[in-house]
Amino acid sequence: MTQDPMAEIRASFFVECEELLERLQDALTAIEAGDHDPETINVVFRAVHSIKGGAGAFALLPLVAFAHRFETVLDALRSGQMQPSPEAIKRFFQAADLMQDHVRAARDGTAGPANADEVLQALEALAGPPAEKPLAEVAEFQPLALVLDLDADPGIADSAEPQTAWQVFFAPHAALYATGNEPLHLLRALSALGTVETRCAYPAAPDLIDLDPEAAWLAWQITLAGEVGVDDIREVFDFVEGVCALEIGPAGGTNACTPGGQTETTQPRPAALHLPAAEAAPARASGPPPQPTLAAKAAESATVRVDLERIDRLVNLVGELVINQAMLAQSVAEAGLAPSSAVANGLEAFMMLTRDLQDSVMMIRAQPVKPLFQRMARIVREASAAIGKEVRLHPEGEATEVDKTVIERLADPLTHMVRNAVDHGLETPEARQRAGKPREGLVTLRAMHRAGRVLIEVEDDGAGINRAKVREIAISRGLIAADAVLSNAEIDALLFLPGFSTATTVSALSGRGVGMDVVRQAIQSLGGRVTITSDPGLGSKFSISLPLTLAVLDGMVVQVAGQKLVVPLSSILETAALTQDDIRALGPQTHVISVRGAIVPLYDLGTELGFRQPRSSYDGSIVLFCVLDNGSSAALAVDAILEQRQVVIKGLQKAYGHIPGVAAATILGDGQIALILDPADLVRSATGHTRAIALALAG
Amino acid sequence: MTDQIFANSAAEVELLSFRLADQEYSVDIMSVREIRGWTRATPLPHAPAHVRGVINLRGTVLPVVDLSTRLGMAPVAGDARNVIIVVQLGGQNAGLLVDAVSDIVAVPRAALRPPPDLAADAAHNFISALTILDGRMIRVLNLAAVLPDATVEAA
Repeated sequence: MTQDPMAEIRASFFVECEELLERLQDALTAIEAGDHDPETINVVFRAVHSIKGGAGAFALLPLVAFAHRFETVLDALRSGQMQPSPEAIKRFFQAADLMQDHVRAARDGTAGPANADEVLQALEALAGPPAEKPLAEVAEFQPLALVLDLDADPGIADSAEPQTAWQVFFAPHAALYATGNEPLHLLRALSALGTVETRCAYPAAPDLIDLDPEAAWLAWQITLAGEVGVDDIREVFDFVEGVCALEIGPAGGTNACTPGGQTETTQPRPAALHLPAAEAAPARASGPPPQPTLAAKAAESATVRVDLERIDRLVNLVGELVINQAMLAQSVAEAGLAPSSAVANGLEAFMMLTRDLQDSVMMIRAQPVKPLFQRMARIVREASAAIGKEVRLHPEGEATEVDKTVIERLADPLTHMVRNAVDHGLETPEARQRAGKPREGLVTLRAMHRAGRVLIEVEDDGAGINRAKVREIAISRGLIAADAVLSNAEIDALLFLPGFSTATTVSALSGRGVGMDVVRQAIQSLGGRVTITSDPGLGSKFSISLPLTLAVLDGMVVQVAGQKLVVPLSSILETAALTQDDIRALGPQTHVISVRGAIVPLYDLGTELGFRQPRSSYDGSIVLFCVLDNGSSAALAVDAILEQRQVVIKGLQKAYGHIPGVAAATILGDGQIALILDPADLVRSATGHTRAIALALAG
Repeated sequence: MTDQIFANSAAEVELLSFRLADQEYSVDIMSVREIRGWTRATPLPHAPAHVRGVINLRGTVLPVVDLSTRLGMAPVAGDARNVIIVVQLGGQNAGLLVDAVSDIVAVPRAALRPPPDLAADAAHNFISALTILDGRMIRVLNLAAVLPDATVEAA
């Protein structure tokens, strides 16, 4: 066997492990929620068991050893010997986490987790003394490994602990002799493996006159004792494969294991010694039969594993197609064809198809956020245990699908936010009791699609943001002026400033003061926004709004100083036509607009981008009211709004580097490149005429 | 001087020569990807004067440098007669806007001279070698000094 197929099988084993671990977490969560259905416990058991079986096949011994002990405890739970008390469930979750660590360690070839023993011992203590002694357990597990073998992977049987006794039935065909093989050598080789007891089975006695001297008449029944794997035995018969009937099974005869295709060939055999797989299965029906789940899994996993690179190429190609289609549309429009002409109609259909195609391609990259949320569940468990708070994580909308890259890059900021919620957001159990809340804090993790974006919320039912304290700290750190007048939203937004930390004592979890601004940056680099809402005494909520994909964007094409620019639609609140009366000067160059009582700073886009000199009059110009990431808004003056369209994002960083106020570039229908604006960044780097708070927020 | 033009071990170098105003420059042909007709570039905000902007090169964003401005001379007019030489340097593509492409010439390595050390104008840093061909002086550009990395730093 070459290296490649093995590596591939190994890779798919680890993919399967992730699925099993996910199922394990799900089932544990269900048990925690009060589901004591034996089937749910079985799901947990089977997940652990399947991982153990697979790990054995790849000789991942630490994983096997861990899984085995875990399984033993789970068996106690299954048999009712152990009760799913909250303490036990907590330990089970920890064990599941450790199991995940073990799987990852095995995959990456690193050392396994260190504290595994402690958790297992705690679990074993909870399970009580194993009623039937560990040895009995081992004996019970062996047949299970063989069940898996029947269903799927012939490689798994050798996984389990080496058998101590084997029954081998060996019946050469005539072809074996014809190809110059000698059964005696094979039998000798077999006897080298262990203690062998060989009996010759002479099937039927033909009359001497009927005996064909060139036919094969003899068969052997061999009992082999010793620490031998089924592979070793099969290896002996490697060269006679296909020219003999061969059966290898554990001694005792109940668990004859039939290697695929070799037995049901031709030869009449002594039936008593042969027990085909189909008959063996019902014999074990008393044990937990995993067949139904495996069948269900087969239906579930009608999937293809595709190299991510190929998908990305497809995404890029579709991107090109969208650009091309837009260029075509423009040419048709310029040719002055009637809108009802066949060409125009065909183009219309083409446009819809392109859009559908694009959506479908994007869907390929989309994945549910569930694995991410499960990771967060673990963070909550570990974080709450570390600081002695009682916390429950409540996930919502786990099936929400998001672009794979977005999920990957969301993991770090989300971890940070969840830790913050546990560490800073929630009060201690005592403080909660005093406030009339349940001791156990609740962190809700929510994902949903809203208006073409993904919304992810981390909500806690803690004390809320202490705004007076936040303000005090911001002043003491020189982030804002002592007399600054800030709205509640602006005070909350101070948390995102670099170097801000409300925790008076730095805990092991968070509070190093590098937290939230890093979170904000990470979210922004994904084209997202993060906002805070908080009610004193009731809790705080961090909302992350993300684009569905990183490849396309809905934008408004505007004209500024003869240039076309794209402003992301997601950042535009409203648009308005201005008269000079709406604008108030503030100093020599600064202007503000008052809209419905709010005062909004005005920036001339052409000036800010360096395309022209500051204007003396804004009469007749159009303004876009944009929402900035700190929740405040700004008005951007443009010359005209041209259209609203979906654009394909083209990175600019690699070709040129970062330009203040510009997020990326795109290609318009006429083949020209247009820049995609980043209003928040533009205002941050705007030339000086901003309010004090905006300056402070710029850091 | 350890410019790539001298590091190359072949006995002859092939150069793509082009005109900027009335001077003749050249680049190592191995770094040239293609030559394109003039396209209007989209200007970039806050970019140095020699960065003309970006153009669409078959779906990718290509920064274009006005070589004349880069060398401290008057900007290239930017009309249908001008061309953009697409060059690759260290995996990065960039366009050089020049007046016109003139020739491909093969020059014996021995005929390449390091530039004299007295020139004080901006162009001096950007020249890695000089050679005389049929009475014309051809300046060989040091692309690494001319191209975007340098432009980004300048920005």
